[in-house]
This record gives sequence, C-alpha cells and structure tokens, in this order.
Amino acid sequence: MLGGIGPALVSSVGAIAVALLVGAVVIVLSGDDPVVAYRALFRGAFGGVRPLSETLVAATPLVFGGLAFSLAYRAGMFNIGVEGQLVLGGLAAGWIGAQAFGLPRLLHLPLALAAALVVGGLWGALPGVLKARSGAHEVITTIMLNYLAARISAYAVGSNGPLKGSASLPATDPAQPSATLPRLVGDERVHAGILLALVAAGLLWYLLFRTTFGYRVRAVGLSRGAAAYAGIGWGRTITFAMLGSGMLAGLGGAAEVLGLQGRYYDRFSPGYGFTAIAIGLVGRNHPAGVVLAALVFGALNSGATAMQSAAGTSKELVQILQALVILAVAAFAAAGRLRLFAGRRVAGVGRRVPAGDRSAAVGMDPEIEARPQPPKV
Amino acid sequence: MATPLIFAAMGGLLSERSGVMNIALEGLMLIGAFSAAAGAHYTGSPYLGLLIGAVAAGLTAIIHAVWCITLRGDQIVAGTALNLLGIGVPAFLLQRLFGTAGRSPAVDRLPSLTSGLNVLVPAAFLLAPLVFYFLFRTKPGLRVLAAGEHPRAAESVGVAVDRYRYACVIASGVLGGIGGAFLSIGDVSFFTTNMTNGRGFIALAAMVFGNWTPFGTLGAAIFFGAAQAVQIQAQATGVPVSKELIIALPYLLTLVALTGLVRNSTPPAGLGRHAAAD
Amino acid sequence: MRGIVKRFGEVVANGGIDLAVRRGEIHALLGENGAGKSTLMNILFGLYHPDEGEILVDGTPTHFSGPRDAVGAGLGMVHQHFMLIPRFTVTENVILGMEGTNPLRLDRRAAARRVAELGETYGLRVDPNALAADLPVGMQQRVEILRALYQGGRTLILDEPTALLTPQEVDDLYAILRRLTAAGGTIIFITHKLREIAAVSDRVTVIRRGRTVGTRTTAETSAPELAALMVGREVLLRVERPPAHPGEPVLVADGLTASGEHGGAALRGLDLTVRRGEIVGVCGVEGNGQTELVETLAGLRRPDGGRVLLKGRDVTGADPHAVRLAGLSYIPEDRHERGLVLGFSLAENVLLGNADDPPFSHGGRIDYDATAAVTRRLMTDFDVRAPSPATPASSLSGGNQQKLIIGRELHRHPDALLAVQPTRGLDVGAVEFVHRQLVAERDQGRGVLLISFDLDEILDLSDRIVVLFDGRIVGEFASGRVSRAELGLRMGGRGVDEPSLVA
Repeated sequence: MLGGIGPALVSSVGAIAVALLVGAVVIVLSGDDPVVAYRALFRGAFGGVRPLSETLVAATPLVFGGLAFSLAYRAGMFNIGVEGQLVLGGLAAGWIGAQAFGLPRLLHLPLALAAALVVGGLWGALPGVLKARSGAHEVITTIMLNYLAARISAYAVGSNGPLKGSASLPATDPAQPSATLPRLVGDERVHAGILLALVAAGLLWYLLFRTTFGYRVRAVGLSRGAAAYAGIGWGRTITFAMLGSGMLAGLGGAAEVLGLQGRYYDRFSPGYGFTAIAIGLVGRNHPAGVVLAALVFGALNSGATAMQSAAGTSKELVQILQALVILAVAAFAAAGRLRLFAGRRVAGVGRRVPAGDRSAAVGMDPEIEARPQPPKV
Repeated sequence: MATPLIFAAMGGLLSERSGVMNIALEGLMLIGAFSAAAGAHYTGSPYLGLLIGAVAAGLTAIIHAVWCITLRGDQIVAGTALNLLGIGVPAFLLQRLFGTAGRSPAVDRLPSLTSGLNVLVPAAFLLAPLVFYFLFRTKPGLRVLAAGEHPRAAESVGVAVDRYRYACVIASGVLGGIGGAFLSIGDVSFFTTNMTNGRGFIALAAMVFGNWTPFGTLGAAIFFGAAQAVQIQAQATGVPVSKELIIALPYLLTLVALTGLVRNSTPPAGLGRHAAAD
Repeated sequence: MRGIVKRFGEVVANGGIDLAVRRGEIHALLGENGAGKSTLMNILFGLYHPDEGEILVDGTPTHFSGPRDAVGAGLGMVHQHFMLIPRFTVTENVILGMEGTNPLRLDRRAAARRVAELGETYGLRVDPNALAADLPVGMQQRVEILRALYQGGRTLILDEPTALLTPQEVDDLYAILRRLTAAGGTIIFITHKLREIAAVSDRVTVIRRGRTVGTRTTAETSAPELAALMVGREVLLRVERPPAHPGEPVLVADGLTASGEHGGAALRGLDLTVRRGEIVGVCGVEGNGQTELVETLAGLRRPDGGRVLLKGRDVTGADPHAVRLAGLSYIPEDRHERGLVLGFSLAENVLLGNADDPPFSHGGRIDYDATAAVTRRLMTDFDVRAPSPATPASSLSGGNQQKLIIGRELHRHPDALLAVQPTRGLDVGAVEFVHRQLVAERDQGRGVLLISFDLDEILDLSDRIVVLFDGRIVGEFASGRVSRAELGLRMGGRGVDEPSLVA
C-alpha cells in the first residue's frame, strides 16, 4: 500500500554507490585522487550550515521536478516536458511577483504561486490532451513544448518583450518583497521553497496511494486495458495526471524564482527539468524516494564546486555521476528481474514467484518495468 | 542545415526498426561532435576526426545496446542517461584536455567539395536510398524488420534478434556521431558544450514524422532543416516579424504535424519489446 | 528424449520425461495445462536447455543450443499463438531465417514462387503475397506449417493447434497432417483435449506434473483411461447441471450494429435475449463479432445502432462503470490485459471497477481496511490461494487469478453475468470450479451469457446455444438438441438464409 518503496530503496542506494565507484575510476584515470575529491565533495555538501543550506537550495527545484515527473510516469506518461512547465511556471510567478499590487504577503505570494500552478499545469496538460485526442506520443510533443517554452521565455523578457523589466537584463523586474519566499536560516540562501516541496511530496503520496484519483492514475499507468474495463477514462486520467505534473513543475519554477533568484531571468533553469527525470527514476517514482534522490543530487551539485577547487576535479564530473546513477538503477532493476525469474526470494519482498511465469517480472518493479503501452505515436 | 538531421534520423530509424527506442540521439551527436573536434585537433586531419567521432559515438551506443538489449532495461531510461552523458562527458573532457570550459580550440574543417558543401552533404542524401535498399531489399534488412515487428517470431525461426539489434543500435550511434561531427568540424571549426541544441530530438521527430520510412524521414529532415535555415535567413535580413516566433516555428509545425497529419503513423510493433518478455 | 529434467529456480517444470516418437507417426502429447508440455517442447526446440537428460535424434545424442540447431535437425514448430509477423507477407514470413545465401539481394518473386509450389505439393494453398494480418486463423496456421516445411522440417511439433479453429478447419488440419505423415513426415501433436487424440493420433504419451505417466497406442486405449492418466484421478467430464428455469429477460440486445477495430461493420443487427436463470452460450469462430458484442454490452464500445437493455432499462452507450452499477458483471477474456492489473496487489485488483463505490471508498478517499476485508472474504469464498491481500496479482497462478476475478465480479450480486472464455488456459480443476460457479449463479436467478471458442464448454454449460456468424445470430438451439456437426456448419456460415430452428 505504501507503494513498495523498501526494496527499491536498497537498489537505489546501491546504484548510487556503484556510480560513485565508477566515478572514482574516472577521477583516477584523469590523474586526481578520488579520496580527496570525494571528501571535498562531501564537505562541500554537508560540512556545515552553509553547505547544508546550499544542498537544500539545490535540491528544492529537483524535488518539485522529480515529483512532477513521477506523477506523470505513474499514469504511464513519460513527461520530458518538466523543463518547459517549470520555466513557464517560473515566468508566471516572477511576473505576478513583480507587480506592485500593494497586497500583503499572505495574498501576494499565494497569488504568484497560483499563477505558476495555472500556467505550468496548462502547459503540462497540453501533451496529455494531445495524446488523449490524437495519440501524439508525449515524448515527442513534450520535447517540442520545451523548445516552445524556451522561445516564449526569450520573447517575453527579451528586448521589447512584454514582461521585460526596466533593467537591461533578459528578466522581469525584481519580485516585490510581499511575493518572495522567506529565507529560513539567517543569511543562508535556503528558503521556504524546500518546505513547500516537502508538503507537495506528502500531498502527492496521499493523492497517489490513498485516493480514488491516485488509484485511477496508477491503474491507467499499469494497464490501460484493465483500466478501461473498470470504466476508468484513459484520456481524462492522463490529462489530469499531466495537469498535476505541470502544476508541480510550475511550482518548482516559482520556488526557484521567488525564493532564490528574486526575479525571473530567461534561462534561469540549468536543465532542472531533465535532471528531474533522473530524480524520478532513481526515486522509483515514489514521493519519498524522490525527496531522497533530490537531496543526493542536490548534494552532488552543491559539493561540485568545492570538489573542483580542492581536488582539481572538474565539476562536470557530477553530470557524469548523475548519468551513471541512472544507468546503475536500470542495471539493478535488471538484476532484480533476473533473480526473480529464477524463482528465488527477493530481499524485502518476501514472496515467491512461480518460475517460468515471465509476467511475474512485472510485479517486481511496477515503477520501472510495467510501462504498459508500447509506445505509439 | 538538414545534413546532421538526416544522419541522426537515419540512425534513429535503423535502431527503432530493429525494435530499440533511441531517444539518445542527442547525446550520441554530442559525443560525436566532441570526439570529432578532439580527434581533428590531435591528428590534424578532419577526416580522421570524423572517423574518431563516428567510432566514439558508436562505442557510446554500445552502452545503450547493453542496457536495452542484454539487460532488458527501460529504453527511455537508458536514452535519458546517455543524453546526460552527452552533456557531461564532453564538458568534463574539455576541462581535462584543453583546460577550457564550454569551447574547444579551433580545428581544421572538413574541406568543401563545391561552394561550401563538404563530403557529408551528398553522403546524407545517398543515405536514405541506401537505408531503404538495406531494409527492404536485402536479407539482413528483412531480419532487422522482423526483429522490430515480432522479436519472438524472429527468434523462433533462428534469427539472432539481439545480434541484429546490437548492430542497428551501434549503427545509429555511428550515424548520430557523424551528424554531430558535421556540426563541430563541418559547419564550424570547434566544439561547444551542447552545440547540437536539440537537433537529436528534432531528428527523432523527423523519423516519427516520416512514419519510420527512409524517404519519409529524409523528407521530414529536409523540411525541418529548411525551417532552421529560413529562421537564420530571417534573422539576418531582419524580417519585422518577431524573431522568436520564427525560431519557434519548426517546433510549432512539428506539434501540429504530429497531432494533425500523422494520425495513422505506425511504429514497429515490437518497439521496446524483448524476445523473451511476452 | 530421455530423462529430461528442467528446473526454473526451485520449481521443477519437467521432472523426468521420456518421450519416444517413431518416424512417420502422429504422436500426441497429452497433459493438463501446466503439466510441462510446453516446457518440454521448448527444450526439444532448443529454446531452453535441459538440466538433465538427453535428446536423441535417430539414435544419436544431440545438443541443441538454439532453434537454429533444432531446425537443422529437421524439427519444425507450429506455435499455439502463431508466430507470424502481421505486417509481413506470407512469403516473407515463410522465408524468414532461410532467405537464401545472397546477403545483398533478396529475390522476393522467386521466393514467392517457391512458397506457392511447396503449398501445392502438400495441399496448403495460400496466396504468397497476402499480408499475414489479413489471413483468417486457419490460413495463418497453414502458413506456419508451410514455414516449418520450407525450413526443411520433417518432424513437426504442433502446440495446441486446434485452439482457434472451427470444426471444419480442424478437419482440414487433420487431413493435412495425414498427408504429411503419408509423405514420410512425423508429427508431434500437443493437446489437452481427449477428443483430438482419438481423431488424429497413432500413439499418445501422457504427462502429468512434469513426468511421463505412460505411452499408449491410440487404438488400444480409451478416453476415460487417458483422462485418469492425465489428472491422476477419475474425473467427471461433465458438470452436474439440473434443468434451467428461465425467468423474465434480464439482458437484451436489440438490433445492435457496431463497427470493428478497423472500421468495418462487425455487428449487423444482432438480437439476443438472456433470461434470468439460464445460461446462453454464444458459439462462433473468432472474429465474427464476439469482441464487439462483448464490448458493446459491457459499455466499452459505443454501438452505431440498436439498444442494450438491462432489466428493461436502456443502458446503450453507458460507460462500463454505469453498466456495472446497473447490474451487469463481466468476466473478461484476457486476465492479464483486462481483468487484472498485474502490478497491483490482490486488494487493489478487487478495487478494479469498484473503487468509486462504498464500502471501498468514501468521498474520493480509498478505505484500504474495508478493501482488505472484502479481499480476504473473497479469497476464502472463492478459494484464491495467496498469502495475503497485499500479494501482487502477478505472482498468482492463472487459476487463482481467474478465481479472484470471478469473486470480484460475483460479490456485487449482479443480475446478469457476461463470461467470456472464462476457462481459457486453466487446468482441469480450475475449469471445474469456474463451471460450477457459473451454474450456481444461474441457479440463483442470474442471466449468464457465455461466450467461448471452446465448443465443448458451450455444449456442457449452455441451456440455449446461439451461433454468431458475421455479426449476427444465425442459429438458436436448445441444449442437447443439436449436434456438434450442425453447430460447426452454422459457425461456418452454412444455412444463414434459412429460418433458424428455434426450439
């Protein structure tokens, strides 16, 4: 009922360990000392208030993005469009946040966040509608929508853009103090966005595993045929799941803009939406797993600079590490499947599966293996 | 403008016709672009650079093949990882080899045959009929199609499905790598981080738009390439229409096309399926 | 094959099987579903490797490392679910794997000619240029046989070859097999239907629970003896079925027309009435509108015309959930694709179709305690063997999965029950259980519509039998008043324009 996060967690941790190990080999090959590098990385991520703060800052958009990806994935939709949803959500929040309405924070901030929810949500729902109505494959449409979102942003805050601020920057005006997310610890950059992210994770868990809506989402994602049999409308469900996914992504953009940047800049996202895919997969598309994965990736990002200056290891290594983590997770899933096929007991699952029943593999890892529909465009 | 798209899209076509989804084209192109520039830098020969770019991307594609075919992992997941590698590895190596961030030193370009067109341009246009002949007129082609349509059936008559899939995925890496090399040592004379700028995904769209057929894919790639060329022209001549709108046009058109025109598109039936999985 | 043992982890699928097949005979391999027949054949065909034992071909120990070796040794396999590529032509399907020696050029025209010639030789006529997807099932099977012959097969293995055929097509198949053996070929015929043994085989080997329990000469054995060997105990071959007492109509289809998947008309004015307290069996060859009929009745497909009445209420075009609420339960044909979400637990599968209704949920919030309680009750009442409601459905055997579905569908106390191929792929014990349940439902005053491609099942269970042909009901018979042959003719479309014999 909890979504079976236990055994998945073991393999995700293992995957991260394997990725770090392979990363160490890369460091050695490039002539540096992996121990020095990783120690610097770790200290840069966790060694003190500032590093911790930076880790949380880096993790905040990743939690939102990972949750967004996961909700769509649970419905069988591979949402590569988190990036575009996050960008447009941030733009909406930044623009509303910059307006001098003279409202108190209690009204202005929620208004800006709501704008992000609406815009991000609609941008996310669009590929859902397109798939439901004409079967257009979401992987392709969301890729296109990402580029469109980037163009919209460039236009909106570019020279003579309608939302451009008065400074000569591709950005909106700074957000009014009444619209910013407050900082949590003195001068540190960590802001209330991380709290919002945790609340969002809790809500998503409840939605997925305790409500009929979440049941419909998961049923559609695991078996479109069985969902239809039960009278669950596929098109409606994927559209709403994508709406929710876009809302979460949009909120992530808003948190970044209103909590960290202070105003909306064009290209403020260094690809959070793409890292979010990794977060979702490593976190097994479970809200708790997503939070943990986002913290790990956030730590990698915040420690990367320290690693570069202390050990001379290029901070781009972190990107390679992230790719390795994904590959390792996939490999672990494969290993688990093979073990299961042999009919042996799987750690933590405690059930036996008849040999030769290849369909049993589906039960092992519903998050990753049971993407039911062969891709159709 | 269409050349790198054609190479990458034909690579994607081969891979998907054999039953392996390949959204890693973007990453493969980047690996190819970087390796070609680095190869040209160290050997001093752009042709050797091209070869190195193609080989490097082909080797990277083996990772995709191992994960998708041997480990039977999720093909989109593996593709996503490769795309991250495509950004991370060149950036890391730029730092390591050249001590620069974001841009490689200048190298020699592939020499042009006539009026700025290098050897890859005609090669790209020959590629489509070649792929067509291979898939629909030869014995290995028939087996590739069988592997993509119904892997178990193919296996049951002794076709080594996995071997054909490996070959196709590696070929898609090589072709994607050549497409990427065209950007770094054909179009310009240096590598920059993320210089493909989404072309791998556009190539994917061209393949879908072309309904997984060689000539359809060729046509779509030319169309998308032309749209990009128009946009650059429009920028240069200062057309009064917002340049952002023109830049966005190809994506918009692809969306419209995907949802309106290709309703009856038919991907290979065995795409993403394993011989033993169903 | 001698002393074959194959294990999957801790499960022993084949635990010592001996099988000796003589050249030129039709040798039947009889066993229940799950007895290990398919595993054995996959070993013989090189798809699995035995853990113990050996395979001898013409007395020589042989090792097959893959299908290629098996084909090389003259074996050919005709699979239960045909292994044809729908988007390939007949020729392409036949030559795949043996396309000739030139890697750079594939001469399709010459290949098509060879395929046609081969077809002539063995009386297996098919258009070599037709797409496999466009062929009827019987033809597809011919293509499979052709392929095996084309690849040099002298010993053909047929895995449940009659499962999808009409009685006439089955007769044609028998004739083909006899021609093949007359020409020196050998046939291994896998089945779990006793009737087919007598009809076609020369000798029969029975396996049970992965072991050989005996080989008999067909002419010297009897159906009861084989049945006893197969299941290990005397079985009743028929379900006890007291006479029916039909009441008022509960499920009525009135002039239904609907289009199929590919746009063409699939139902052409279909009329059908199911009364309370009776089982109406729909027989027919696959592809004559069964799928569309079921989906239209269940609310999964919107009809183009006509009405569906449930207890006199018009439910035409209502969604599946509304139809279920109105009193129709539905046991779907495909457990894995429709009836269950394999990645879900048993409890979550009990929610399927019920999630929005009390006691399972209140105001959008799912009550997992109540769901688990209902699941536990169903597990007891319907003998679903599983550790707990949290067990994943994927880890259950087919029989237990089907019992769970039946339990879920019956616990609502429906007025009408739509049962589609309810025993497909189940072993004898589970079949018996399902059949008993259906009769019990009938006796409680429910109207049962049974749709099956297994003529024996229809004959055993139905109080009335209707024949579906080309989207219409073309014959209606009272149970016990119609012969298998008569039904077979009707299913093939004979006598469509004559008045039907309403009993």
